Amino acid sequence: MSGGVDSAVAAARAHDAGHDVTGVHLALARNPQTYRTGARGCCTLEDSRDARRAADVIGIPFYVWDMAEQFHANVVDDFVAEYAAGRTPNPCLRCNEKIKFEAVLDRAVALGFDAVVTGHHARLGDDGLLRRSVDDGKDQSYVLAVLTRSQLDRAVFPLGDSTKAQVREEAARRGLAVADKPDSHDICFIADGDTQGFLQRRLGDAPGDIVDGRTGERLGRHNGAYGYTVGQRKGLDLRVPAADGRPRYVLSITPVTNTVTVGPREDLEVDTVTAERTIWHGAPTPVECDVQLRAHGEVVPAVVTVEDGALTARLRSPARGVAAGQAIVAYQRSADGDIVLGSATIAAGVASETLAAARA
Amino acid sequence: MAYLDHAATTPMLDEALAAYVAAAREVGNPSSLHAAGRRARRLVEESRERIAAVLGARPSEVIFTSGGTESDNLAVKGIFWARRAGSLSRGRVVASAVEHHAVMDAAEWLGTHEGAQLSWLPVDDAGRVDPASLAELLTAYADEIAVISVQWANNEVGTVQPVAELARIAAQAGIPLHTDAVQAIGQVPVDFAATGAAAMTITGHKVGGPVGVGALLLGRDVNCVPLLHGGGQERDVRSGTLDTAGVAAFAAAVETTVKSQAEYARRVGDLRDELVARVRAAVPDAILNGDPVDRLPGNAHFSFPGCEGDALLLLLDAQGVHCSTGSACSAGVAQPSHVLIAMGADDDRARSSLRFTLGHTSTRADVDALLAALPGAVERARRATAWKTPR
Repeated sequence: MSGGVDSAVAAARAHDAGHDVTGVHLALARNPQTYRTGARGCCTLEDSRDARRAADVIGIPFYVWDMAEQFHANVVDDFVAEYAAGRTPNPCLRCNEKIKFEAVLDRAVALGFDAVVTGHHARLGDDGLLRRSVDDGKDQSYVLAVLTRSQLDRAVFPLGDSTKAQVREEAARRGLAVADKPDSHDICFIADGDTQGFLQRRLGDAPGDIVDGRTGERLGRHNGAYGYTVGQRKGLDLRVPAADGRPRYVLSITPVTNTVTVGPREDLEVDTVTAERTIWHGAPTPVECDVQLRAHGEVVPAVVTVEDGALTARLRSPARGVAAGQAIVAYQRSADGDIVLGSATIAAGVASETLAAARA
Repeated sequence: MAYLDHAATTPMLDEALAAYVAAAREVGNPSSLHAAGRRARRLVEESRERIAAVLGARPSEVIFTSGGTESDNLAVKGIFWARRAGSLSRGRVVASAVEHHAVMDAAEWLGTHEGAQLSWLPVDDAGRVDPASLAELLTAYADEIAVISVQWANNEVGTVQPVAELARIAAQAGIPLHTDAVQAIGQVPVDFAATGAAAMTITGHKVGGPVGVGALLLGRDVNCVPLLHGGGQERDVRSGTLDTAGVAAFAAAVETTVKSQAEYARRVGDLRDELVARVRAAVPDAILNGDPVDRLPGNAHFSFPGCEGDALLLLLDAQGVHCSTGSACSAGVAQPSHVLIAMGADDDRARSSLRFTLGHTSTRADVDALLAALPGAVERARRATAWKTPR
């Protein structure tokens, strides 16, 4: 129970369904050396209090679990390491994979609980299939697709059949004070929302070249490749304008040479995506399906092949801004909500010869 | 339900509840000059006398406060300020490493904001301060020390400190010693005058009185700068309208518990010994923390190797057994206890600890309930710790 409206209503629904429910708030912030001084800013006090009040109203026991160490090692450090390696991580996905449905789930099962209930917007019915929420705008199946079969078997998502508006309305009806609490958007461990500043503090300056993807010409310098994301246009600060005067975009980041490669918009287009660390629930491949290449990103029809843990997607139409480190999630269209077939971590997006030829 | 957390707070005594309700029905500010005010004042003064009488203090030495935290802050900061005002070189605060946060954090605050130097008295593996270490400190810093604070008994592991000896050493050097006796009143014999302490903290809700009322016993010759400024109601050291009903109930509770202390200590001590023996039989590798002999009669504090205290707490709570992991931060996360760390425990042992405290309502049925739930809880908590090990 994060202290937000979704997990509060999810807990209430699980309780109503007759389960023996215990509320758990995760303390995720690490605050070394300050425990003794009385400056106990070690938890997000307000969120914890909101979660506790929701548990009171629902009528369930409530505890705070300290997951700061695991969160730091598996989510925060991983986030920094991924950027350092030239990839663009999704920390919420990692948190689901390693914290909520691993550290918390394992501990809960050992203590005698059967499942972890969360307020994620996704459907997980009796058929065991993970589907998109009825609320397209709030759907979180993308960040849950990384869960393995055994993790899903111990997961309960009571909110998938409701829109966010319905959840808020229900919270108000239940007398939960968090009914109107604003949604959280930012990365929870970057309090001021300044991801670049956070990475800069963690990784320091690492100056390198910004080069033209077509000519190899050096166009400028950067202070750290982690400051750039594939598809980014703003903030390149290039002195030399492009020959054709058109804007340039980040095409790729090469950690080995600490190089940021830029080029025109059409060079961002890829039609083949390779990915690793595959979790696959669907039937044997190749399969004709839809793929989503980033959170809240567009959906592209593709042919997906899974072989030896590696996933390859041949896109029916080119996609732009495909960043290594993000997840590719494959969906099968369904009237009852698109079904998650599997997920993998993007290694590269490349242009096929056909696409490259068309571009030239 | 088995309530085994009397050191956190204990149910109100009938005597205290009756005194509270009777006084709360009446109107009158003890500072008012009319008849209603005088009646309230009379009740406050009678309460002051009752408390003084059973704790070996003079009535004028009893300063009513809002409880233990305020009394500790008043003593540590107030005496520090008064002593430093007398001599700028007196800027050192001495306290034991196992103090309650109300003393420890007050001292840390003086260090951060008032430029105080801090000296922490170490404890042995039973959590006991060695008087020789205070004597040593006095040899080195006698001219610098403003105030010394050592608790009468530890709130977590229950170890009783050699307060009289420490106070004697402090008095010889002419340095005021404050003792937080919140956990000791009604549990062990406490006599303010006989101890020779300059100041002593007590509170209502640990002795069957209400929460929100306590006192600082402050020797008449001990200067103390107030924390709260206003009407100067309490000897000009503490301001604020006196809580007549709270004070009356507090006095009833102190008087009742202190008068029955010997009988209580025997009965509860026996029950505690039974609890300890049965826990050891059920969980043979459980470690009893604190002084095995010189400890509060109601306290049993264990480390359960391989368990996390907060997992055990959750599992016991689900079985209706209420206990404590010791120190908790305000958001509810258990931190490794500074008390156990000071006693030489490592982080794992500190995190694996659980405190059971008996009180005036405790019976064998409470111990039975604990022992019915504990073995299963320990087994599950051990499994829950195993996930932490890398796979």
